[in-house]
Amino acid sequence: MTDEVQDSTADLTEYLSFRIGAQEYTVDIMSVREIRGWTEATPLPHTPDYVRGVINLRGTVLPIIDLAARLALPPDENNDRSVVIVVHENDETVGLLVDAVSDILTISRTDLQSPPDMAGDNQHRFVSALIIEDERMIRILDLHNTLSTGERLAA
Amino acid sequence: MSDPMAEIKASFFLECEELLEQLQDGLKRFEEGDDDPETINEVFRAVHSIKGGAGAFGLTALVSFAHIFETSMDIVRSGEKTPNADDYKTFLHASDILCDLVIASRDETEVSKARVDESVVALQAFLGERSEPEQEVDPVDFQPMGVSMDLPPIGNLGNISPSTRVSSASPLPDLTSFPDAAADDNLDKTSPSSQPLGSHDNKKPASDVALNRFFIRFRPDPSLFASGNEPLHLLKALSDLGKTIIRCMCDDLPPITHLEDEESYLSWTIELDTAHAEQDVHEIFDFVEDLCELTIEVNTPNEGLSTLSSPPTPSADLAPVAPREELLVKTGTATAIPPASSTPPQNTALSDATKKAPPKNGSDNKAPKTGSTVRVELDRVDRLVNLVGELVINQAMLSQSVVESGIGSDQNVGAGLDEFMQLTRDIQDSVMAIRAQPVKSLFQRMGRIIREASSAVKKDVRFVTIGESTEVDKTVIERLADPLTHMIRNAVDHGLEEPEERLAAGKSQQGTVTLSASHKSGKVLIEVSDNGGGINRTVVLRKAIEKGLIAEGAQLSDAEIDNLLFLPGFSTATEISNLSGRGVGMDVVRNSITALGGRITIFSERGKGTTFAISLPLTLAVQDGMVIEVTGQTLVVPLNNIIETITLSAKNLREIGPATTVVQLRDQFVPLLDLAVELGFSRPRSTYDDCVALLISAEEDSMAAVVIDKIIEQRQVVIKGLQDSYGAISGIAAATILGDGQIALILDSGDVIANASGRTRNTRTNPQRTGARA
Repeated sequence: MTDEVQDSTADLTEYLSFRIGAQEYTVDIMSVREIRGWTEATPLPHTPDYVRGVINLRGTVLPIIDLAARLALPPDENNDRSVVIVVHENDETVGLLVDAVSDILTISRTDLQSPPDMAGDNQHRFVSALIIEDERMIRILDLHNTLSTGERLAA
Repeated sequence: MSDPMAEIKASFFLECEELLEQLQDGLKRFEEGDDDPETINEVFRAVHSIKGGAGAFGLTALVSFAHIFETSMDIVRSGEKTPNADDYKTFLHASDILCDLVIASRDETEVSKARVDESVVALQAFLGERSEPEQEVDPVDFQPMGVSMDLPPIGNLGNISPSTRVSSASPLPDLTSFPDAAADDNLDKTSPSSQPLGSHDNKKPASDVALNRFFIRFRPDPSLFASGNEPLHLLKALSDLGKTIIRCMCDDLPPITHLEDEESYLSWTIELDTAHAEQDVHEIFDFVEDLCELTIEVNTPNEGLSTLSSPPTPSADLAPVAPREELLVKTGTATAIPPASSTPPQNTALSDATKKAPPKNGSDNKAPKTGSTVRVELDRVDRLVNLVGELVINQAMLSQSVVESGIGSDQNVGAGLDEFMQLTRDIQDSVMAIRAQPVKSLFQRMGRIIREASSAVKKDVRFVTIGESTEVDKTVIERLADPLTHMIRNAVDHGLEEPEERLAAGKSQQGTVTLSASHKSGKVLIEVSDNGGGINRTVVLRKAIEKGLIAEGAQLSDAEIDNLLFLPGFSTATEISNLSGRGVGMDVVRNSITALGGRITIFSERGKGTTFAISLPLTLAVQDGMVIEVTGQTLVVPLNNIIETITLSAKNLREIGPATTVVQLRDQFVPLLDLAVELGFSRPRSTYDDCVALLISAEEDSMAAVVIDKIIEQRQVVIKGLQDSYGAISGIAAATILGDGQIALILDSGDVIANASGRTRNTRTNPQRTGARA
C-alpha cells in the first residue's frame, strides 16, 4: 500500500521551509510532527548553548534546539514570531527553534544538488542538499547531523 | 504476510517467558517436596506448550529439546519414576537450556550445541534408567529430529510421527501380541506410549476394576488445527488411558482436486476400554472442546475385552491411512517426514500449503489459561501513566484557579474538588500498581545464575528466596537484573568459602545464598546474603593500601573498610576466576543502584557471612519532592535525599582555601554547595549569610549543604525521564511537570555531591574519599 504511494510520487518530496535570519532551510515534511509557538523553556544545566532547554509538550518533555545557534548563525532577537518545529528523527522527538515557517515546497528529487565540498567549512554537515527555487537557494537541513546525539553529548 | 507472522511469533515468545517462569517455579516447588500432582502437571504443560508453539514455527532445535524434556516430565508425571535430588538438578538445568533455546530462537542466534547435548544426555540418562524399551526408543525418537534440521523450516517435528503413529495405532490390539515391537520401524514409534500403557494398566489393577467402554466420536474443526492443536496427541492420550480401537473416518474427504487447504475433513471414532472415569476422558479434550465436534458415550458394564480383540477389518481401516497422511501434512500440523505411501507431487504441493498455515496457528491456543491476566505492552501502560500524570497536574491547576477565583468557599465546590483530588490520587495509585510486578521472575533468573555460578566454581549452593511476591516497579526490576547478577555471583564466588574450609569451620558443606525482598516504610528492601566467611577486613585493607586507594596507616572503622569494596578498581579475589572479575566491580553495582534512587549497604560478620542490602524507591514514576527555586528556575529535590533545611549564618560558615566553604553543623563540617553555581546558572554569590540551604545526602557517607533561593512547597511529582528526550545530564535525575504546566528539573543529589565543583568542595576528612581521589 505505502509502496504504491511512494512509487507514484517517487520523485516528488514535500519539504517544509523556514527561515533562520536571512537563510532559508527546509526539512522533509515527513519528519515534521507539528509546529507550535515559542514558550519559555526550562534551561538544562551543563548543556551546549544551542540547547535552549525543555518544554512541556502535552505531558512529554521536549528538548528545544536553537537552530540559529546550532548552525552558528547570528542570533535572532527571539521575537514573538519565533516558532518551534517539532521533528521526529532517529527515534527522538525534538523541537527546532526557528524564526518563521514560510512554505511547503514540492521538490523533485532530481533537482537536488549536493552541497559543494568546502574544506574548512564545518557547516555544510548540516546541509544535505541544495535546490534552486525561484532564483532562491534553499538548503535542505540534515536532521540526522543536526540532532546527532554523539555531537550533543560530546559538547 | 510476514508481518502478522512476526507478530504471532512475538506473542509466542512472550508466552514462552510466562511458561518458562511457570516451569521453573513448578520445578522448584517440586524439588522442595511439593508432591501435588498439579505441580508436575503444570511443569509438563509448560514444556508441552513451548514445544507445541515452537513446532508451529518450525523452531526445530527448540522442539527437539523440548520433546525430550517433555518425555522426561511425562514419566515423572505418570509416577513411573520418582526423581532424586540429582534429577532435579538435571531438570532445572534443562529448563535453563530450554530458556536459552527460546531466547536463541527469538533472537535467531544459536545455543552452544555442547551445552544442549550435555543436558540431553543427562535427560536421556534419566529416561534410560527407567526401563529397557525406553532406552532403545529414545535415541530413535530424538535423532530424526536432529537430522531433520535440513528439512523445510515449516516441518513440525514435535509431531514427528503422527501418521505412522496413527496408522499403527489402529491395529493396536495386535501390538499386544507382538512382543518384539521395536523391531518394526513404524511400530517402534508407538512403543513409548504403548509400553507405559502396559505398565500403566498393570499398576492400576485393571483386571479387578470394571472397565468402562467409551465410544468417542471426534471431528476436529479447522480451528482446532489453526490454534496449534494436534489430534494425534489427543488420540495418543486416549490410548494412554486404556485399550483403544481408533478408526479414521474419511467419508467427507473430497477428491484431491477439491481439497481445501485449511479445511478439516477427517473424523475419528475411538472405542476405548479403560478403568478411568468419564471425567478423565473429557479432560483430554478439555482444551479443544470448542474446536471440534465431540461425542462421548459410556457403555458400562464391560463385556470384557473380547470385542476388542477382534479388530475391525484391518484392510478397510488401513486403506484411508494414506490419504490421511497427506491431509495431516496439509493442515500444517503434521510431519515433515514424507509418508511412505504418499505420492511426491501431491506432497510438495501440500507442503507449500503448510507455509500458509502457521500464521493461523498459535493465535490463542492457550487462551483459557491466561484468563486472569492481560498482557499489555509497556508503552501503553506508560501512556496511561503519562495521562494520569497530566490529570494530576490538571487537578492541581484547577484547584489553584478555584482558590484564586474565590469560589472555593462554596461548600459544594470545595467538596467536589476534594473528591476529585481523592479520585485522582486513587487512579494514580492504581496505575502505578499496574507497573508494579512481583520480583519473582527476577529471582528466578537469579536462581539460574546461582546454578551456573556454583557449578563453575564447584561449590554446593542452596538458593533461598524470600518474598518473591513483593511488587516492584517494572523498570526497577529490569534495571536490578545486572547488579543483582553481579552480587549473586560475588556471593557464590567470593562470599562462600571452599567446601573444605566450610567443613573445617564446622559448617555444612552446602553454602546458602539468600535473596529476599520486602517492603519497608515505603521502600523496597532487597537483600543478598550468604553464610560464608564474611569480609576479611585485613585482606581488604591491605588490598586497598596496595592499590593506593587509601593511605597507609589510615585508621578505618569496620564499616568504612567494608565500603572500600565499592571503590572503583577494587577486587578482592586473588585470582580472577572466570566467574567474577570481569572488570565489573562493586562500584558499578553501587552506581546502578544509585541511579535507581536506591542505596546499598553491607553488613558482614567474620565467619558468619555477608549481607548486601539494597533499598529502593517503590516506584520510579512518582516521587515526593521539595519544590525549590534557584535563580528564577524551579527545581525539585527528592525528599528522601533531604535530611533537613537550614538557615545559614556567618557564624557557622568556615572558609577553606580560596574557593570552598564548609558549614559547621553541630559537631561536623559539611561542604557548602551553591546550587546555582553547580548547575551553571550563575556565579557564586558574595555572601551566604542568611541563605536557605538544604542538607542533602545521597549515600551513607556523603552529605552537603546546598544553597538555594527559596523553598516553594513539598509535593508529589510525576517523573518524566530525560534519557529518552535529551539524554543524561549531570546533576539532573529527571524532569517533572508542575501545576502551571512548566517543566521543572529533578535534582540528582548524589551526582551533584559527587561532581561538586567551583567554590565549594567536599573537604570532609574521610579517608575513604581522600583515598578515592588519590
